[in-house]
Amino acid sequence: MSAAEATVRVVLDQQDGPILAPERRNAVLRSLLEGGYTVTVTGDERSVSPLDDAELLVLRELGAEADHDSESTEGGLPVRVRGVADLDDVGVLEMVQRHGHGRVAPEWKPWFPVIDYDRCTNCMQCLSFCLFGVYDVDHEKQIDVANPDKCKTNCPACSRVCPEVAILFPKYKNGPINGDIVQAEDVDREKMKTDISSLLGGNIYSLLRQRHEHAASRFSKERDETRALKERKRCLAKLQKDFDIPAEVLDQLPSAEAILEKARGASTKSEE
Amino acid sequence: MSETASAEKRIVYCHCAYARVVPPEVKEEVLEGLANSGVAFDAVPDLCELAARQDPALQRLAAGDAPVDIVACYPRAVKWLFHAAEASLPDAGVTIHNMRTETGEATLAAVLEPASSIELEEAKA
Ligand code: SF4
Ligand code: SF4
Repeated sequence: MSAAEATVRVVLDQQDGPILAPERRNAVLRSLLEGGYTVTVTGDERSVSPLDDAELLVLRELGAEADHDSESTEGGLPVRVRGVADLDDVGVLEMVQRHGHGRVAPEWKPWFPVIDYDRCTNCMQCLSFCLFGVYDVDHEKQIDVANPDKCKTNCPACSRVCPEVAILFPKYKNGPINGDIVQAEDVDREKMKTDISSLLGGNIYSLLRQRHEHAASRFSKERDETRALKERKRCLAKLQKDFDIPAEVLDQLPSAEAILEKARGASTKSEE
Repeated sequence: MSETASAEKRIVYCHCAYARVVPPEVKEEVLEGLANSGVAFDAVPDLCELAARQDPALQRLAAGDAPVDIVACYPRAVKWLFHAAEASLPDAGVTIHNMRTETGEATLAAVLEPASSIELEEAKA
């Protein structure tokens, strides 16, 4: 993943007492969050996260007249103070939007795999399987979610191939993929391997283990095309139903040979 | 705005956008409860989204010595989201509250527990 630039940090300043009437303040807070802004609410008790490079936009219970607005610096950072007493939630959001962006890609639902490295064994099966280039290896040859925005929304397919149940999709409906505790029965490798390998028309993982030419050529020769296609269709329907894999993703599945080739590449990458 | 030089507890609230995985009524109850309580807190639009773009906000939310209550979803998801953004949470002092499984009332009660009793609990542990 690559790091984003610091965005504006909105502060609802209540150091000198509550800002706005509760209902209006809560509407403002909600609308800023829905607009993609991180908001720090100050108050009597508890502290807040430290200052960093983010520009501060401090909202106070002041009229919006220009002489209330001020620009200063705190620790070398620009601090803008704006009055919000005369504005409703829409007005506050519009004013904040003039100062900096909130949501970077509003049309993208943040759906992407998150790896639980306490469980991951770096086997590279996810990298071999993913069709969209979401995974790569980092400089320490460890599996990495390099391109989260390439992930197909609502597709949890790679979490099904992970033999260690190490891939999470926090916005998925069911556990353990959503981050719920992994139970012993979740680590049901044989079931997962059967489903995925029959989908591919052969046992890809045993093929991977025997990565010599003989096995590879037998793999392509022995397949009965019609039967394989039928079996594949049956498995696609089952996967779609059982595992919530979008039809769009299933339609794009490459051939077993193509996946085998990808797996070879993944394995080489992790060993280089 | 005070920084976290002291060990005063912090609260981070996640407003979980795009999907209804956190029941909207729980989210609303917690957000309003925090805002109405008068305590200071940090609120983020969607931790998943911040993690996907490695937003530097996650660094500051994970930083500091103060114990922190994160109000979001499953602890395993939250822990590895921060890690994915190279903003790993400290091993100690982090409590993650799960709005997918807890009621708003229970979440607020746990998070707004008076600081003194939290310190006592921690001192006993
Ligand atoms: S398939 Fe699972 S265990 Fe293997 S590298 Fe991917 S996340 Fe790690
Ligand atoms: S961390 Fe959990 S609560 Fe927050 S946006 Fe992601 S799925 Fe929703």
